Amino acid sequence: MKVRIHVSLKPGVLDPQGRAVHHALDGLGFKGVDDVRIGRLVEMEVADDTSDEALDEMCQKLLANMVIENYRIEKVAA
Amino acid sequence: MKTAVVTFPGSNCDRDMWVALRDVSGREPVKVWHGDAELPDGLDFIALPGGFSYGDYLRSGAMAANSPIMRSVVAAAERGVPVLGVCNGFQVLTEARLLPGALMRNAAQHFICRTVPLVVENAGSIFTSAYAKGETIQIPVAHHDGNYFAADDVLDRIEGEGRVAFRYAENCNGSRRDIAGILNERGNVLGMMPHPERAIEADHGGSDGRRLFESVIGSLVGA
Repeated sequence: MKVRIHVSLKPGVLDPQGRAVHHALDGLGFKGVDDVRIGRLVEMEVADDTSDEALDEMCQKLLANMVIENYRIEKVAA
Repeated sequence: MKTAVVTFPGSNCDRDMWVALRDVSGREPVKVWHGDAELPDGLDFIALPGGFSYGDYLRSGAMAANSPIMRSVVAAAERGVPVLGVCNGFQVLTEARLLPGALMRNAAQHFICRTVPLVVENAGSIFTSAYAKGETIQIPVAHHDGNYFAADDVLDRIEGEGRVAFRYAENCNGSRRDIAGILNERGNVLGMMPHPERAIEADHGGSDGRRLFESVIGSLVGA
């Protein structure tokens, strides 16, 4: 099973990288961009019987830092 | 007295830390490798040095926090053994949840490498007893991810409990409430971004970091 873990900064956590990229987009002439937040995408190939609980645990123990980040698990159809 | 410096792949301040501890304590610290399953018996002090452990993969300190030796370090910290984490060592301590909060990319995105003024906020800890409260000291910083973040309620709590050891006199990296170094609840774990081990003798351009080692080694005398 293919799983994508989307890790993003929690709302309210300032994102200096996002702000810099926002500024750069602005400089390239792209108008109408209201906000940019940078996250991380982790793609994993896992055994089909991997439980949701195990995936949650992977995210909370390692893949995301729960102090500053949220995560979303997406199971990708083969 | 027995001290140790833990080296992870990518640590690069481990030797400076080792020399600082040797010079102040008069005894050679034990060198511990990240893959060692256990710490040597009878350690009185453990230092996690700066650097770029595991190439900062995933997040700074995240991989090191899950390396085999860290289980022993966490257990030792929970027994009350003093643990100092500097720079990447601070990042490892937050990732290992021995200290609250997280260290994010510097607000201005730049790697900062210069000597900065710090204010000693808590001079009552085992790490800071040789300083005076409110004193300004000069310590080098060298980091890309030193922007301290914690939620407001966490910040209120650690400030209320006197757990901010050092603040930046001039906020160089965007850290919330100018926080440069914090203590755990028990006071035996200190994490800080600035490098006291790079300021222990006049030839370093300053020796304000030496008293941190004198404080903690002094607290161990007789141990």
